[in-house]
Amino acid sequence: MSGTGKIENGLPDGWELIVGLEVHVELATKTKLFSASPNRFGDEPNTNIDPVTLGLPGALPVLNEHAVELAMRIGLALNCSVQPCTFHRKNYFYPDLPKAYQISQYDQPLNVDGYLMLPGNVRVEVERAHLEEDTGKSTHFGGAGGRIHGSEYSLIDFNRAGVPLVEIVSRPDIRTAEQAKQYVSELRSILVAIGASDAKMEEGSMRCDANVSVRRFGEPLGTRCEIKNVNSVRSLGRAIEYEARRQVDILDTGGSIRQETRHWDDAEGRTHTLRTKEDADDYRYFLEPDLVPLAPDAAWVERVRTALPPLPAARRAALASLTGADVEGEAVSVVVERGQDTYVKAVVDAGGDAARALVWVQQSFADEGDSPRLPASDLAALTQMERANKITATQAKTVLGDMLAAGGGDPARIAASKGFEALDTTSIAVFVDEAIAAQPDAWAKYCAGEEKAAGALVGAVMKASKGKADGKVVTALLQERRGS
Amino acid sequence: MNDFPTVASIAADVAAGRVSARAILEEHLTRIDSRESEVHAFNLVMRDRALQAANEIDDRVKRGDNPGRLAGVPIALKDNMCTRGIDTTCSSRILEGWKPPYDATAVKKLAAEGAVFIGKTNLDEFAMGSSTENSAFGPTRNPLDTSRVPGGSSGGSAAAVAAGFAAGSLGSDTGGSIRQPAALCGLVGVKPTYGLVSRYGLVAFASSLDQIGPFTHTVEDAAILTEVIAGHDPMDSTSIPQPAPALVGVLGAGVKGLRIGRVADLPKGADPDVLARLDVAFDELAKAGATIVDVTLPSLSFALTAYYLIAPAEASSNLARYDGVRYGKRVAAGDINTMYADTREAGFGDEVKRRIMLGTYALSAGYYDAYYGKALKVRRLIADDFARAYAAADVILTPTSPSVAFRFGSKTDDPLAMYLCDIFTIPTNLAGHPAMSVPFGTGQDGMPVGVQVLAPTLGESTMFRVAAELERAA
Amino acid sequence: MSQRLTAADVAKVARLARLNVSPEEVERYTRQLDGMLDHFADIDNLDLANVEPMTQPYPLVNVLRADVEQPCLDRDEVLAVAPAAEDGRFRVPPSGGLHE
Ligand SMILES: [Mg+2]
Ligand SMILES: [Zn+2]
Repeated sequence: MSGTGKIENGLPDGWELIVGLEVHVELATKTKLFSASPNRFGDEPNTNIDPVTLGLPGALPVLNEHAVELAMRIGLALNCSVQPCTFHRKNYFYPDLPKAYQISQYDQPLNVDGYLMLPGNVRVEVERAHLEEDTGKSTHFGGAGGRIHGSEYSLIDFNRAGVPLVEIVSRPDIRTAEQAKQYVSELRSILVAIGASDAKMEEGSMRCDANVSVRRFGEPLGTRCEIKNVNSVRSLGRAIEYEARRQVDILDTGGSIRQETRHWDDAEGRTHTLRTKEDADDYRYFLEPDLVPLAPDAAWVERVRTALPPLPAARRAALASLTGADVEGEAVSVVVERGQDTYVKAVVDAGGDAARALVWVQQSFADEGDSPRLPASDLAALTQMERANKITATQAKTVLGDMLAAGGGDPARIAASKGFEALDTTSIAVFVDEAIAAQPDAWAKYCAGEEKAAGALVGAVMKASKGKADGKVVTALLQERRGS
Repeated sequence: MNDFPTVASIAADVAAGRVSARAILEEHLTRIDSRESEVHAFNLVMRDRALQAANEIDDRVKRGDNPGRLAGVPIALKDNMCTRGIDTTCSSRILEGWKPPYDATAVKKLAAEGAVFIGKTNLDEFAMGSSTENSAFGPTRNPLDTSRVPGGSSGGSAAAVAAGFAAGSLGSDTGGSIRQPAALCGLVGVKPTYGLVSRYGLVAFASSLDQIGPFTHTVEDAAILTEVIAGHDPMDSTSIPQPAPALVGVLGAGVKGLRIGRVADLPKGADPDVLARLDVAFDELAKAGATIVDVTLPSLSFALTAYYLIAPAEASSNLARYDGVRYGKRVAAGDINTMYADTREAGFGDEVKRRIMLGTYALSAGYYDAYYGKALKVRRLIADDFARAYAAADVILTPTSPSVAFRFGSKTDDPLAMYLCDIFTIPTNLAGHPAMSVPFGTGQDGMPVGVQVLAPTLGESTMFRVAAELERAA
Repeated sequence: MSQRLTAADVAKVARLARLNVSPEEVERYTRQLDGMLDHFADIDNLDLANVEPMTQPYPLVNVLRADVEQPCLDRDEVLAVAPAAEDGRFRVPPSGGLHE
């Protein structure tokens, strides 16, 4: 805990970290936001182009209905109000911006005033989530290693130009780098769950800019810097930590922060100035005269809302209550993230043990995707054998490995073919008593309340029984003998 | 009037097999050969393509296929409309050599009805001007008196029809660029309701004002061409989905019972002989059974200001794409910003640069509210004025241009003097209404005078009825 | 001159618009634009407080297109008229890192 007892943010005592995030996501449409060329990643350069995409003279934009629908899904999933909105031109010159203006939403965005919940009941307000078009892609050549600065020339591919984006702008409600990472991870899960975007930071279909400032607790907001070029959740955390520390160091030595855009260099682990506020363009926003207002009526909004699938938070709560696991725990979040929560439910519906099903899915289904090949009834049968102490956890893991490899199978038959059978309690008791007799020191410590001492005794039983004793039964017998 | 064949007569004769499209074309090409060097209506004469198109029409007629409403009609296109594979320059160095990979919707519609494109016509660069003196490729001369301008910006399209190089042509009208040259060249020129004709493929000047329309010798021809190019286009978000008004069918309906508005507070500045012809027009319409009513349009005097803030603002953004990256001219440079500035310096003419500067300023931080923002509100006042006036009148009559065709160079030193040429045409564009110029006699020096018929949104049927009556009376 | 705008304004606007202007042009544009703005001052005294800005002549809303692919332009045809191309892409001088 920091000096004021507020929150652990990695900064020296007394300093508060303030972060707001601007996340751009590419929508999973078939075509561009304003034209009918494909929205497809990885194609040959300049093959997904049309007059609108290239900003040819005389070309006019027409809004993609599905992009609007996906943007509305995002807004509704983030608890925003969907409202009548307009498009503006943001005018600036850059070679990968074909018309020399970006069509974006300005003072009347589609989605406003939402929020996103993070673990620990942290609420981050979402100011807006608006539609806009993406730019093309510049690649810089020559000079110092292909960097922007000092390059000799650039080549431009307009395949990405005009791809629909939703820009999701949070309020500066984030207080730690960890929260920022949680925000982006949760946002990603939501976007994937609702089918709005594949949200891959590595491929650039989800891009994150962080507005970072610091202040001494209780003081007004400090000057912020916008950090760009953050390409993974991990880099986001590092970039924020670095930038916050840089600002504190400057302020601590009597300096002041200059409002600017900074570039995160992942290899160097530092940010550097990209442009200062003074050379920021005057964007001359004005209403896009080639487009008309967008005003989704209540019926359309309700149709989209009703069709939304359950969101990750609700799915985690359902899975936690089904399995008795911690709702903020690793198992629940990993399984929901992989979309395997419906599978766990199916295993339980087939008579399986919920807690064991969750454990197995978390541990062994990393490569399975959201619809595992193993029939839910087979995993249910395996967890039933465990529950009836017919098989140990170690044995079950081996059996499950075979079942997954074969895409199914009868666990009882596989266990039998391997000679697996859990020893009955009477047989285990013999091994337990032998272990107590062989290790009197461990037994004495265990009886004195040192729970860790049980490990040696259990290990001995396992060894003697060649792994056929169920660990849970062994522990129960030890407790019974100790009289606890 | 002259003896050039009309759109209607050519289409009827070609379709009936009375004359070949090729013969019609050759007749027009002969006139081009004899006078184009003097008039300079065209940036490009499409001789070979036109011959090919005419032959195809003749084949269709021979086969008994429907050759279309415009079978074999030679049409000239303002050189700011995209034509696939054919130079489209906007009379600007910056687009010199550029061949669009697609056709404008209006061009496609004409072609689908059997029109034969004879050439791309000269204009004030990017349609910015009222005399066609701002073309990078030299001015167009008025065929009726080559010491005078044809008007602008669609001066080439007007001159091409007036000289008999084409039976009809398309222009674009942002602040009067069809109606004013029509008036100065003695032609019918139509600016349809904003959104009636698709802007797809029209190189934008000011997106919320631009509209394509025809030049013809007769009101009937204008009605035919307008009907062909009008209609909803899914490629233009501002295209009106409602059915287009019927025009050809109403031309004989007369004006009995119609209320014709006379603007009591018409802005000053029109020449006396222009106003004299307007008075005659009112008299003739009254004789034909219309009622003349007085209307007031008190905000009209602010229209010029609103227009010259809004149009340059939109233009400054629309013309930013000419950056030397993807097409058109580039002046090589060592860094991108120098390349931009050198390219745009070399590629744009003086008037275009002046309007880009004005528009950029009107939108820039700290000035938006004082200029662009205020102009949008004045635009509303003007539209409201018209709405009140159209409660009392079915159409309104004004001069098209304050004067007849003026001499070269007489207004080139003073941009504002040139801007005043559009004082009567600009308000319609701001309101988005239709308006057309009809030739109505001449001024004292024998040059044609145009009368402008204005109508409310989608009021083209009534507008054409009145125009047809004026044509009969002229 | 009414001094509604200065030579410095003109120079700034030219920079924003990516237009090269010589000192003589700055002088001329300043004079001409100033004259126009002076003329445009006729709307300065209008009471526009309760007037809605008019941005489009014909009121339309929700003009949308189905998310259906159409054929693309031919890359070779497009690059053939580009001022400079290389490796299937448009080539430009270094962009100096103004934006990403
Ligand atoms: Mg942003
Ligand atoms: Zn953005």
